[in-house]
Amino acid sequence: MSFLYDKSLSEIRSLLLAKELTVTEVVEACLKRIEETEPSVQALISVQAEEALEQARAMDEAGPNESKPLWGIPLTVKDLLCTKGTKTTCGSKILENFEPFYDAFAVAKLKEAGAVIIGKANMDEFAMGSSTENSAYKATKNPWDLNKVPGGSSGGSAACVTASQAFGSLGTDTGGSIRQPASLCGCVGLKPTYGLVSRRGMVAYGSSLDQIGPMTRSVEDNARLLQVIAGHDEKDSTSVDAPAADYLAALNRTDLKGLNVGLPKEFWAEGLDGEVESACRAAVAKLEELGAELVEVELPHSSYAIATYYIIAMAEASSNLARFDGVRYGYRSDEAENLLDIYVKSRSKGFGDEVQRRIMLGTYVLSSGYYDAYYKKAAQVRRLIREDYLKALEQCDVLVGPASPVTAWNVGELTSDPLKMYLMDIYTISLNLAGLPGLSLPVGLGADSNMPVGLQLLGKEFDEATLYSVASLLEEKTEQLGTPAGL
Amino acid sequence: MADFEVVIGLEVHAQLKTESKLFCSCSTRFGSEPNENVCEVCSGMPGALPTLNAKAVEFAAKMGLAMNCNVSLGSIFERKNYFYPDSPNGYQISQLDNAICQNGYIEIPVGESTKRVGITRIQLENDAGKSIHSQAENLSYVDFNRTGVPLIEIVSDPDMRSAEQAVSYLKTLHSILLYLDICDGNMEEGSFRCDANVSLRPRGQEEFGTRVELKNMNSFRNVQRGIEYEIARQEDLILDGEEVVQETRLYNAEKNITASMRGKEEAHDYRYFPDPDLIPIKLTEEQVAGWKSELPELPLEKRARFESEFGLPEYDANLLTQDRAIAEYFEAAVGCFNNPKKLSNFMMGQFMRELNERSIAVADVALAPEHFAELVRIVEEGMISTKIGNDVLPELMEKGGSAEAFVKEKGMVQISDSSELESVVDEVIAENPSEAEAYRGGKHKLQSFFVGQVMRKTRGKANPALVNELLQKKL
Ligand SMILES: [Zn+2]
Repeated sequence: MSFLYDKSLSEIRSLLLAKELTVTEVVEACLKRIEETEPSVQALISVQAEEALEQARAMDEAGPNESKPLWGIPLTVKDLLCTKGTKTTCGSKILENFEPFYDAFAVAKLKEAGAVIIGKANMDEFAMGSSTENSAYKATKNPWDLNKVPGGSSGGSAACVTASQAFGSLGTDTGGSIRQPASLCGCVGLKPTYGLVSRRGMVAYGSSLDQIGPMTRSVEDNARLLQVIAGHDEKDSTSVDAPAADYLAALNRTDLKGLNVGLPKEFWAEGLDGEVESACRAAVAKLEELGAELVEVELPHSSYAIATYYIIAMAEASSNLARFDGVRYGYRSDEAENLLDIYVKSRSKGFGDEVQRRIMLGTYVLSSGYYDAYYKKAAQVRRLIREDYLKALEQCDVLVGPASPVTAWNVGELTSDPLKMYLMDIYTISLNLAGLPGLSLPVGLGADSNMPVGLQLLGKEFDEATLYSVASLLEEKTEQLGTPAGL
Repeated sequence: MADFEVVIGLEVHAQLKTESKLFCSCSTRFGSEPNENVCEVCSGMPGALPTLNAKAVEFAAKMGLAMNCNVSLGSIFERKNYFYPDSPNGYQISQLDNAICQNGYIEIPVGESTKRVGITRIQLENDAGKSIHSQAENLSYVDFNRTGVPLIEIVSDPDMRSAEQAVSYLKTLHSILLYLDICDGNMEEGSFRCDANVSLRPRGQEEFGTRVELKNMNSFRNVQRGIEYEIARQEDLILDGEEVVQETRLYNAEKNITASMRGKEEAHDYRYFPDPDLIPIKLTEEQVAGWKSELPELPLEKRARFESEFGLPEYDANLLTQDRAIAEYFEAAVGCFNNPKKLSNFMMGQFMRELNERSIAVADVALAPEHFAELVRIVEEGMISTKIGNDVLPELMEKGGSAEAFVKEKGMVQISDSSELESVVDEVIAENPSEAEAYRGGKHKLQSFFVGQVMRKTRGKANPALVNELLQKKL
C-alpha cells in the first residue's frame, strides 16, 4: 500500500498540476509523517509547519503554476543553509538563536521554483562528522534500524528523505557528507562538481571542498532538484559560468553501450566489507549487462587522500569558524569579563568537542614553521590526486566503487575513536579534493546486516548528466528498497 | 650620528577612492551613521562570500605602474588570521608574496637631487572597522562602515637613510596617489596611514640592525618627529651598551615620544593561507597596457617640464606640481596668458593662501583659470595694481567671473591719467609743506610717504609708477 508521502517528487508534481491534490494536502501529509516518525528518527532540528501551511494555502488559492518546476513540493534543507528569518543552527550551540537575514542562493532557487521548505535537517556540528552524532541538538537515527547511525554529516537530510518526511532535501558534501549518509540510509545523493552550485549562504566548513547537492528517493527526483539549484552566481567567485545541462533529458538513455566504466583498484581493495563488496559487484555486473565496458584503473595517490583532506579541510575550517566569536551574533558566554574572555569562553562552550578538535588541528597546520610541512604539502598532493582522477577519466566515462566501506554502524560505536570515524570517508574524500561529481545510489541490502549499500558513481567535471544516465538505468534494474518497515 | 647609519622602510596604507567596498557593494562613504553601510559580507555573517571589486584592482595596478612595478597577471588573496572585534571574519583578506604589484621604485627629491627608493610590493586588502569604547558605560561598540573599504599597502625597500628622506618619500607617494585620483590622501581621517620600520647599524656594516616598527603617526610632521625620536632612542641604547629590542612602538604626538605597544613574543602568528573563497586576480597584458596608457603625467615629470617649458625656478615648479589640480589649473591659466612666472607668483601667494585659509581645494574655486589669467594680465598691463589684484582675488575665487569686468564695476581701475593724478599730487604736496621741504633738503626717503598719501586719496587706484614720476617732477 502506497501512502501520499511515499510517492515520488515527480508523481506528486503531476498530481498537483492536475489539481488531484492540493499543496495543503501534500504539506499536511508530510507534517503528519514528521509528527509520527520524528520522535524515533530525529532527522530535523526545526519544522516550519505554520509557515509551510500558510504558503500552501496561498499557493492553492493562486492555482498551479506549471512553469515552476517544484511547485508545491515540500522539501527540507540541511541546517547550515541560510534561510531568511528562520533559525540556522549548523547543529551548533553557538548558533542556537541565529536567524539569517538572507537566503542561501540554493534556498532562494528552491523557493523561486515553488518549493515549500518545511524543515531544517539535523547534521554533525558545522558538518564535522560522519554519523550525525555530533549535533548539539539530537542524534539522528537510521530509519532502517533505529539503533544505527544514518551516516553524516548530512544524516538528517538522508534520514528525513528515507523516512518520507519530505520529497527531497539539500545536503552538503565536503568529504562525503552527502554520498556516505545516502549510502547508509539507502537514498540517492549527489555531490555536484565544485562550482556547479553556488556556495553563497552555505555556512562554510572547508570552502575549497564544500558543495551543496540534492538527496532524494529516486534518481529522477534528484535530477529535478539539481536542475533548479545548479547555475552561475556572480556573487560566488568560485561558482562556474558553465552552460546549463538538461539533467532530465539524460534520464532517457536506454542502454550503456559504448560507455566505459572504470573500477579504481584502490576502491575495491582491503578494508572493504564483504557484504558491501558483493552488493556493489552485483551492481557492476548489471552495468555490464546494460552494455558498459569495464576497465580497471588506478588512482595511485589515493592512500594520501585522508591525510590531505583533513589538513586542508581543518586549515580552512579553523579560519572559517573564526567569525563565531560571540561579538555580533550567536552564543556569548555571560561569564565573560573582558575581550579575551568573550572569545575563549564563548567558543569553548559554544563549540562541541569535534569542532574544537578540528579548529586546533587546523590552526596548528597553518602555524608559522609548520605551514610548509603540512598545508603546502597537502595542497601539492591534492593536485596529484586530481591528476590521477583526470587521467583515469581519460579512458573512462565514469568510475564506480562503494560509497562506504561498511553499512551503517551502531549508535555510539565510533564516537570515542575519531580516527576510525575519519576512515569511514575513505571512498568519498578524494573526490572532493579533485573537485569532481559523485553520486551514491542504493543497490540493495547487505547480506549480513540487512542495511542499505550504496554504489558510488564518479564522473567528469560538469558531467552530472552521465552520472544520472547510468544511475537511472541501474536503478531500473535494481529492486527498490521502499520505505523502511516499522516506522 | 657619525658612527651609525639609519635604515628606514615604510609601509603605507592608502584607502582607495572606489564607490563601493572591496568585496561587497556597500558604499565607502565617510561620515555615515554607524553601521549604515553594512551587509552580510562586510559584517562577517555566516555563509557570506566575497566578490572582488574590479575598480579597486584597476586602482592598485595603476599605482603599481606609476611606481614602475611589475603587475602580476595572476596574483592571489591570502587570509591574515587574527581575532579582533572590528575584524568580523576573524581574518583580513590581504596579499603576501604573490601580490598584485611587485619590484618597483620611485625617485624622491632629496635636497637638490633625487634618490631612488625600491618598492617591494603593493598589496590589495580590506580595511578593518572601528571600535568605539565608552568609559561611562564600560562598553565597547563596533562600527563596520569602514570594514571592507579597499586599501593598498605599499611596502618600500629599506632604502631611506633619514627622517627627511622618509618624509620626502611619503610626500612623493602622497602626491602620486592624488595625481592618479585613487585616494583622497587625508591623513587625519586615516585614508593615508604610515608605519615605519626603523633600525640603526654601524656605518659600513652590511647586516641590518634590530628593527622597531613605529605606528600611529598621522601627519607628515609626526612621521618626521616620530622617526627622529626613535633614531635618538636607539642610538642612546646602543651607546649605553644596551640592546634594541624588536617590537612595535606607538608614537605619542602630545609627548613626542614612542612607547612600546607589543614585543616580538606577543607578535601575532597570522597563519596566512590562500583564501579559498576567491580565485586568482586574472589580468591580461592588454588590460595592463591599457591602464599604463591612461596614466597621467606624474608629479616629478610635471615638475621637470614646468622648469624646462615654462622656465620656472625649481622652487615654483615643485610647489605648483604637488597637487595635480593646482598644476592643471596653473597650466590652463598659462594657456590664456603666457607669463608663467607672474602667474606662478599669484598662484603661490594669495591663491594658495586663500585655499589654506578656507580649507578648500582647487575644485571648490569658482574662478575659472582663464579669468585668473585675466586678473594677472590686467595687473601686468597696469589696469590695476598688484595690491588690488591680491585684494580682489579672494572674492573672485569665491564668486568667479571676469576679473576685468569685476574691477571696472567696482571702480578699481588704476588712475593712469596724468592730468587727473597731477591734481592729487599737487594737493598732497600742498597739504604737507614741511615734508615737502625736508624732501627737497635731501630726505628722499620721504618719497614713499608721498606715494602713500596719494594712494590713500585715490583709494589705492593710482598707478604707482606714474605717481613716482609725477612726484619727482613736482618736488
Ligand atoms: Zn557590505
